[in-house]
Amino acid sequence: MTQQLVKPDRFFLEKFGLTEQHLERGLGAALGKPIDYADLYFEYRVSEGLSLEEGIIKRASKNIGQGVGVRALAGEKTGYAFSDEINVENLELAASRAKGIAERAGSGNPPPVRVGGSPTHDLYPILVQPTEVPVERKIDLLQRIDAIARKEDPRIIQVMASFATEYKIVMVATSAGVMIGDIQPLSRLNVTCIAQEGDNRQMGTCGGGGRTEFEFFLEDGRFERYAKEAARLAILNLSAADAPAGTTDVVLGPGWPGVLLHEAIGHGLEGDFNRKKTSAFTDRIGQRVASELVTVVDDGTIPSRRGSLNMDDEGTPTGRTVLIERGILQGYLQDRLNARLMGMKPTGNGRRESYAYQPMPRMTNTFMLAGDSTPEEIIGSVKRGLYAVTFGGGQVDITSGKFVFSASEAYLIEDGRLTRPVKGATLIGHGPEVLTRVSMVGNDLKLDEGIGTCGKDGQLVPVGVGLPTIKVERLTVGGTEGLNKSESFLQ
Amino acid sequence: MISQRIAEEVLQEAKRKGATEADVVAVENEFVTVQVRLDEIETLRSAREVRLGLRLFFDKRSATSSTSDLSKESLERLVEDTSALAKATAHDEYSGLPSPEECAKRFPELDLYDPAGESLSLNDRITRAKVAEAAALSYDPRITNSEGAEFASDLYRIIYGSSHGFLGEYRGSTFSLAVTPIALSDGAMQRDYWYSYSRHLRELESPEAVGKRAAERTIRRLGARKIATREVPVVFDPETSASLMRSLCSAVSGPLLYRGASFLIDRLGDRIAPEIVSIYDDGILPGHLGSKPFDGEGLPTRRTAVVQNGVLRSYLLDTYSARKLKLPPTGSAARGIGDVPSVGPTNFFLQLGPHDPTEIIRSVDSGLYVTELIGPGVNLVTGDYSRGAVGFWIERGELTYPVEEITVAGNLKEMLLGIEMVGSDLTFRGSVAAPTLKIRRMTIAGH
Repeated sequence: MTQQLVKPDRFFLEKFGLTEQHLERGLGAALGKPIDYADLYFEYRVSEGLSLEEGIIKRASKNIGQGVGVRALAGEKTGYAFSDEINVENLELAASRAKGIAERAGSGNPPPVRVGGSPTHDLYPILVQPTEVPVERKIDLLQRIDAIARKEDPRIIQVMASFATEYKIVMVATSAGVMIGDIQPLSRLNVTCIAQEGDNRQMGTCGGGGRTEFEFFLEDGRFERYAKEAARLAILNLSAADAPAGTTDVVLGPGWPGVLLHEAIGHGLEGDFNRKKTSAFTDRIGQRVASELVTVVDDGTIPSRRGSLNMDDEGTPTGRTVLIERGILQGYLQDRLNARLMGMKPTGNGRRESYAYQPMPRMTNTFMLAGDSTPEEIIGSVKRGLYAVTFGGGQVDITSGKFVFSASEAYLIEDGRLTRPVKGATLIGHGPEVLTRVSMVGNDLKLDEGIGTCGKDGQLVPVGVGLPTIKVERLTVGGTEGLNKSESFLQ
Repeated sequence: MISQRIAEEVLQEAKRKGATEADVVAVENEFVTVQVRLDEIETLRSAREVRLGLRLFFDKRSATSSTSDLSKESLERLVEDTSALAKATAHDEYSGLPSPEECAKRFPELDLYDPAGESLSLNDRITRAKVAEAAALSYDPRITNSEGAEFASDLYRIIYGSSHGFLGEYRGSTFSLAVTPIALSDGAMQRDYWYSYSRHLRELESPEAVGKRAAERTIRRLGARKIATREVPVVFDPETSASLMRSLCSAVSGPLLYRGASFLIDRLGDRIAPEIVSIYDDGILPGHLGSKPFDGEGLPTRRTAVVQNGVLRSYLLDTYSARKLKLPPTGSAARGIGDVPSVGPTNFFLQLGPHDPTEIIRSVDSGLYVTELIGPGVNLVTGDYSRGAVGFWIERGELTYPVEEITVAGNLKEMLLGIEMVGSDLTFRGSVAAPTLKIRRMTIAGH
């Protein structure tokens, strides 16, 4: 273990004048028949945001949030209450409110809480939190990005660069006697450029980050790359033609296009939807949902990644869960509640946006394992199709399984070669079926740069995705180019 | 507890630290959410939340901050940290508070708060959710499952004060009831939802009505098919029309305009839609969800004609974007606690037209009726629009079968100009609203 500057458990006890006995009393107030489990989630979050536009810092902000959430579980029921003032009275008040769903009151006797648990992983050993780096250095970085992007092309008329960083100190104390804490840093650097030529104005965006130190952004020319890439995309889109409309073969590039997996299958494999049988994947474990070439995992243990965590927000160590192996559906992503109700094991996917929300099964880093084909072979195999490399984001209807994701950089493939760039278009498909049409998988697995944020039930959490280059046969592309103009494209 | 005194003390502390201007926003919420599923309570969530946001100026340098810890020491440290941050940022000649003359002098009584929320029992809340879900489950045997029903209330109080001496406060309440049933037929599941959302408890649609409507909407999606790629007229129902209005509202907001990130730059006075289209942002409609007596910088809210008979008349501007664009502000500053003001809608709506929705559908020989849009495919810089859609195929003026797994695509510039009919069915179900709209032609991508 690396040296930690603060021990999360001691941090909360000392900062807010609490003792182990207070926590036991809080849990005790939440327990009682028929409550079978209770937990406390303490959070202290410091975040900082800097935005540059028109060459100057337009926004500098610092936010401090703290609070405690108390949860009481009885069968399928959850009572949740929270307070943004951490003290003994509020702890007990929140706990008794959480218990409010219990039909009969009683007195619970939780086992003693043991202070000092540490997660088994140490995925983001950080010596200096990026929030503690002098703000002048961060401003200087944003100004350098502005200069680099503008130098790329005189048609770049606007550069917007932002740096957002935070650290969260969290601690979970449970009625099972576990007490465990973590310090979770997270940073993201984002660059957006607008290019103009006559009346034609286009945007390009690039960024990245993770649970890293500030130096991460300076290493390997990372910030220069983000700046140049955002400028390149904006300029490229100036010459992009309208995207085609219809069904065609689509080659997805490596990395961020893994958003396909997140939308098409990831959400549908979250435990809550499957326990409630509202997912299009309900009761399909052991069945074929993808071609033989496809193996998909969710892995929360990759060092420094945006979607990684030492422990989930219920104190369970994160892990690697195989969702699909060689095309066969293997398992679900679970939090404690849904795992217990389904007779399965928690997988370390119980996550929440903050102390204000109860945890739910959520993804961490979701990606497809590499195959054997080279990217050139894959593109070369397509007579007429679309090559999509950068995406905005996506959305899914869990129940019908229909999902969309929107490309922001795409090219036509004609006779196995990339010909001209086309404007972004939305791709649409059916989750339980789309991966059965993956006919080639590349050897170039890449994880995304660290920009993903997933929303579910109004809660946002950082996630990662990854993909090798793949070919999906017959996917619907939602462009505007009509039948007559690009008929050759359609199949 | 937040109070005007705390706001004043923070402003005084800012002055002592040398800030030339400052403003404070403090918010207190008390909310309760009840979720039931299959007639059992699933989640009960309740809390009281307090946050204070601060913005400091040192001449033309500024920074913002926020905290939920309102102790004296914490607030002093907040002022200190924010001062240090502000001094590290650059001089921006357009920055600063609005002038004192621009600030609201009188606060209109807008009927935003319903005290019924204070005495609503937990049992009452649970019953409303259970009755709504039961109405959905019993509507049709094909409704076999449910994502549940939710009843939520939020009682809030907002205080805003600035170093110009402005100090204002208002309270508000919102209540919502939503049901998401699931239907099964021939092995395929569909879900849809219905909801009611209002400032006054008595104005919520009855639980029975919400449940029944949710069930109807879900059942009618069963057997949905994909259709072939084509260009056809598209009718947007009021829910999806409102989504078009949300895109338009962003495109006319000052921050996007001065950054060059909107397709409506430099279009004031131009025709952007046919004569039949008028769009307003009205912050002073009594009892409406988007109303408020003053905006996030203390400016009076008002009724702004954004589009009048098809001509773009006004953007929506906060103080900063107004200065950048050399236009008067429109009282549209929206304030996230701890962030610089941005622009947001108050009650942003497309004025109702003469046509009954069935008359609009009847006018279509063959086309698409859209009831749900998914995905992020709206590019406000170019107006390019491409989203996943769910709806019904219209054949000879009648809704025939449900459709899914298709996209609708076009460009917002042409979509606005292509509005051919405006419905008479305008209902405010949120702060952005529109009636049924018919657009001349869009591209549908399917198989």
